Amino acid sequence: MKYLILKHYRGGPTPAVEFTPMEKWTPEEVDAHMQYMSDFASRLQETGEFVDSQALSSEGAFVRSDGEGRPPVTDGPFAETKDLIAGWMIIDVESWDRAVELAGELSAAPGAGGEPIHEWLEVRPFLTGVPGGTD
Amino acid sequence: MSGVGSSAGVDESLLRELVPAVIGVLGRRGADFASAEDAVQEALIRALDTWPDNPPRDPKGWLVAVAWRKFLDAARAESSRQGRELAVDAEPPAGPAPATDDTLRLYFLCAHPVLPPAAAVALTLRAVGGLTTRQIAAAHLVPEATMVQRISRAKRRIADLPLDQPGDLATVLRVLYLVFNEGYGGDVDVAGEAIRLARQLAALTDEPEVAGLLALMLLHQARRASRTGPGGRLVPLAQQDRSRWDTALIAEGVAILQTALARDQLGEYQAQAAIAALHADAPSAEETDWVQIVEWYDELLAITDSPVVRLNRAVAVGEADGPQAGLSALAAVDAGLPRHTAAAAYLHERAGDLARAADLYAEAARLATSVPERDHLTREAARVRQLLGT
Repeated sequence: MKYLILKHYRGGPTPAVEFTPMEKWTPEEVDAHMQYMSDFASRLQETGEFVDSQALSSEGAFVRSDGEGRPPVTDGPFAETKDLIAGWMIIDVESWDRAVELAGELSAAPGAGGEPIHEWLEVRPFLTGVPGGTD
Repeated sequence: MSGVGSSAGVDESLLRELVPAVIGVLGRRGADFASAEDAVQEALIRALDTWPDNPPRDPKGWLVAVAWRKFLDAARAESSRQGRELAVDAEPPAGPAPATDDTLRLYFLCAHPVLPPAAAVALTLRAVGGLTTRQIAAAHLVPEATMVQRISRAKRRIADLPLDQPGDLATVLRVLYLVFNEGYGGDVDVAGEAIRLARQLAALTDEPEVAGLLALMLLHQARRASRTGPGGRLVPLAQQDRSRWDTALIAEGVAILQTALARDQLGEYQAQAAIAALHADAPSAEETDWVQIVEWYDELLAITDSPVVRLNRAVAVGEADGPQAGLSALAAVDAGLPRHTAAAAYLHERAGDLARAADLYAEAARLATSVPERDHLTREAARVRQLLGT
């Protein structure tokens, strides 16, 4: 079963720990955080559970059609939006419980002072391509 | 048939059939399973690469020779790394052993109960099915590196298990049914491979449940083309175009099932196949023998006591004895089950409570675990709302 672990720059429940924003960490603390994430991904590769991981720029825009013959309308960048996605990891695991366990581990990545940041991560199951029942 | 691209021109199905036997030969020459399996996989990839230009006269002999050389190379490298003597003789010992036992043992080993289902599926597809790691990764939509690790972990997990004991047939059947039912990407017809593996297993064993599983697969496969409409939309059984059902597959499935049932050792796959056969046997949805289907669900329930069976039985009761009876049966089923809400929606619609049905269909769409189901239930909600005129 595949799950998306979604990391947000902003949005989600109230943070459990008001951690210092990343740009105010020391370079070593940033390195330690990145190392934790990449070790986590390598470990999942070894367990055969890793599918994909991607970070997103906080720049970008909303886009919509404005009718035939007219250029699409854009809105953004999202300086004001309440919810901003930072990136994701896709895992392929045996159960929801395992997905939650892994997201919990990922959320414990170290921040300022080497303390776990306990950030909220969103875990969403993939819809499969085939119906579950036989008919 | 299946498999295109780089390997065009190679009879991949012949290659795949040879893989478990070749692993068996290496095993009898003293290779451990993990190394033998790796060596055969390498030989297989080499075959896919070179056979189109240079087909061997004796495909099995070619595979054995190449795999054995790969195994010896790897074993020599390993023993020189560890500074000790090679544990097997470089010259293959003579004396054939029955290859069927080897293949049967592989089924049990690759689906061993200690393995998580996804690992058992991957290992079965590679060692018994003769697929390449890349094909298995593509089928499961995961990176090849992940699949390599999943398979080697599975092999480590079973490395020290005794091989002389009879395995657990129930897990073998469950793994084959998973292979058959999962959705797959890539260009390999994995459901077709599952049928091939079930056929091969049925030829190796005399267990009625193996025949039951094979019959079940054939009966579902017979309806596969009619189960999806334009754009991949799901077509429910009652609306399927029965003229598109594969009558040859149905006849074969029914014959296999009847022979199995005559042995009088009923099991869950035979009971499920019996239900599938009753559907296949009905000239139209209206002529379905729901009373007999409910009886088979009762048998199935007695064997498995599964909540999913209870749910499907409630829907069948709704057809046999009317929607109110179906709803009463459904009331006794765990409401947390996937498809419980969808079943309730259907039964309420049949009972004439359209408003309730429309709400339940919409809720069921939100709870669906697959895209085709979600889209189907969304359409059902829209259809019933239209009937309501709201």
